[in-house]
Amino acid sequence: MSDTIKVPTMAEMMAEGKSPEVLFWVGCSGSFDDRAKKITKAFVKLLNKANVSFAVLGTEESCTGDPAKRAGNEMLFQMQAMTNIEVLNGYEVKKIVTACPHCFNTLKNEYPSLGGNYDVVHHTQFLRSLLSEGKLTIEGGKFKGKRITFHDPCYLGRANNVYEAPRDLIQKLDAELVEMKSCKKRGLCCGAGGAQMFKEPEKGNKDINIERTEQALETKPEIIAAGCPFCNTMLTDGIKNKEKEAQIAVMDVAELIANAGDL
Amino acid sequence: MSYISQILFAVVLVAGIGYFAINVKKLVRNIRLGRAIDRTDNKAERWKNMVRIALGQQKMVVRPLAGFLHIIVYAGFIIINIEVLEIIIDGLFGTHRIFSFLGGFYSFLIASFEILAVLVIVAVAVFWARRNIVKLKRFFYPEMKGWPKSDGNIILYFEAVLMCLFLAMNGADYSLQQMGAEHYTMAGSFPVSQFLVPWFENYSTATLIFIERTAWWLHIVGILAFLNYLYFSKHLHILLAFPNTWYANLKPKGEFNNLESVTKEVQLMMDPNADPFAAPAEDKGDDMPEKFGASDVSDLNWVQLLNAYTCTECGRCTSECPASQTGKKLSPRKIMMDTRDRLEEVGKNIDANKGEFKEDGKQLLDDYISREELWACTTCNACVEACPVSINPLSIIMDMRRYLVMEQSAAPMELNNMMGNIENNAAPWPYNQMDRLNWKNE
Ligand code: SF4
Ligand code: SF4
Repeated sequence: MSDTIKVPTMAEMMAEGKSPEVLFWVGCSGSFDDRAKKITKAFVKLLNKANVSFAVLGTEESCTGDPAKRAGNEMLFQMQAMTNIEVLNGYEVKKIVTACPHCFNTLKNEYPSLGGNYDVVHHTQFLRSLLSEGKLTIEGGKFKGKRITFHDPCYLGRANNVYEAPRDLIQKLDAELVEMKSCKKRGLCCGAGGAQMFKEPEKGNKDINIERTEQALETKPEIIAAGCPFCNTMLTDGIKNKEKEAQIAVMDVAELIANAGDL
Repeated sequence: MSYISQILFAVVLVAGIGYFAINVKKLVRNIRLGRAIDRTDNKAERWKNMVRIALGQQKMVVRPLAGFLHIIVYAGFIIINIEVLEIIIDGLFGTHRIFSFLGGFYSFLIASFEILAVLVIVAVAVFWARRNIVKLKRFFYPEMKGWPKSDGNIILYFEAVLMCLFLAMNGADYSLQQMGAEHYTMAGSFPVSQFLVPWFENYSTATLIFIERTAWWLHIVGILAFLNYLYFSKHLHILLAFPNTWYANLKPKGEFNNLESVTKEVQLMMDPNADPFAAPAEDKGDDMPEKFGASDVSDLNWVQLLNAYTCTECGRCTSECPASQTGKKLSPRKIMMDTRDRLEEVGKNIDANKGEFKEDGKQLLDDYISREELWACTTCNACVEACPVSINPLSIIMDMRRYLVMEQSAAPMELNNMMGNIENNAAPWPYNQMDRLNWKNE
């Protein structure tokens, strides 16, 4: 395992008079959440390996405003959005990649009418194009034949109709992709969206992440793949609740690809 | 005698259609109580969606059995209405089977109506069993008690009775044709009702004419009654599904609208050159400062209100909803039913007060939709995806959350903490923005 990762910031690039091809939007979860930071690093390793010219905003990045908007605080959301747009436009950012579907959705759909127009892609889409352009290859059959089920993040799937990119990547691992009974368009939420991540759920007879974890367990997977740091947290909690963490791993698609290549 | 029945028919017809027209006017007025929203872009795609989803029933077949049966009832409904046209002409002009001059084609038409009628009866029976014997879960949520439950069954009885009357009418007619009764010209082909003929064998011509006329009258009166029943029923969807799919949102489901009124304020706040004292003067030109979000039906836009009238109460949204599935109080179907009920209440209030709404101390929030329901939503869009007629319950939930947060500062405490964090350190958790890149070296 090589631990040296190169993470240039926009400010550094700018000082050198360079502008990267793509901005990696890390997001709050990817920056601060211990589990999500691993996903961030795995993705960066892949970017490094493929020699992608990228940069992050670093301390100039701030929350997209997604959780505020879904909670109903349009005022706070738009303040966040306009602050970010000022920074992004200042660096003349054209293309953004992010590993968080919530950031992806917000940047792609809700920033344009406030003056932020970028080509925004989810990291699974970005990785898929790196593979198809031959900039990245998957070596090592570590996941060959493993049963992997993919949980569709609401803000990637239903919200933006991206269903195939993450699945294509899993299939490239020669793994056995198994679908849950509700998947793709009918995929069940992990329970974190709409700012639920930040509060206790309302009274009910079950937690949503447990329901979803049970659906995942029905497929008898060895790995549950996710494409969202929040889904990852919810499903990891679900697996712990079922005391299955010794047998079943919850991993981001980027981690799968990075691990397959022993990065 | 003939004239009397013709006049009577005309009166019934005018009354039936007239009362329906009055209610349609009310419906349009109520929908117009909503705020303006422009949904006329990209017309080609809108027409395509309408043809695909409303006419082609594309979303119904996601659940194959219900979808298939629904298509039968729907086809039966539309095609048998061609027969109604003949009934109306016959009724007004005292003719009998006016289209019979079409000969072979007429026989074909009548034969296919009869077969469809039987299929409709079968489908209706299965639907009835699903509601009353199998007791499909989605028909038994709390919001389905009382009128909504009866409504679902009444419609089924209605359809079955109408189809039986149609077949009885044809059977009696066919017997009369064979007897050579005056007025009953040989016309049509009766693959189903011919089996009724043996039953009618010993009846006199007069009795048969009585049966045929009674069935004929009940059939057309029944259809007019059905038409007028629509306004009070979830069955409005057979008409409103068309405009509703046409005006549906075409943008990605994850894109929530940015409130323009907020944009103006934020721009002003962030613009260092803005003169803080100039703002109110500029606003004077506009009417009242816009209320953020929705606490009552008139704060919603008219497409959301059209959605409410279009809802068929099928519960596909609710059965896909993660909150409902895990026993939370939220049910997206209830959001739509509440919106319609409140809108009806507001409409009746306007009717009773000579066209002016009189404050009734009630609103959609709290009196119909509770905060607990609103905060249980994960904004996952499963309900929007599931709805067979392109209704968006989520947009109403969001507008009501906006009201709670921006007008009332009434978010749950944990969410206030989250938002406080975003405001102060640009992340939903209490971490310092300056530490955002620390992961790099960990
Ligand atoms: S968006 Fe909200 S109401 Fe609709 S299905 Fe998801 S949780 Fe339920
Ligand atoms: S909103 Fe749509 S899916 Fe939900 S009950 Fe009404 S018609 Fe059915």
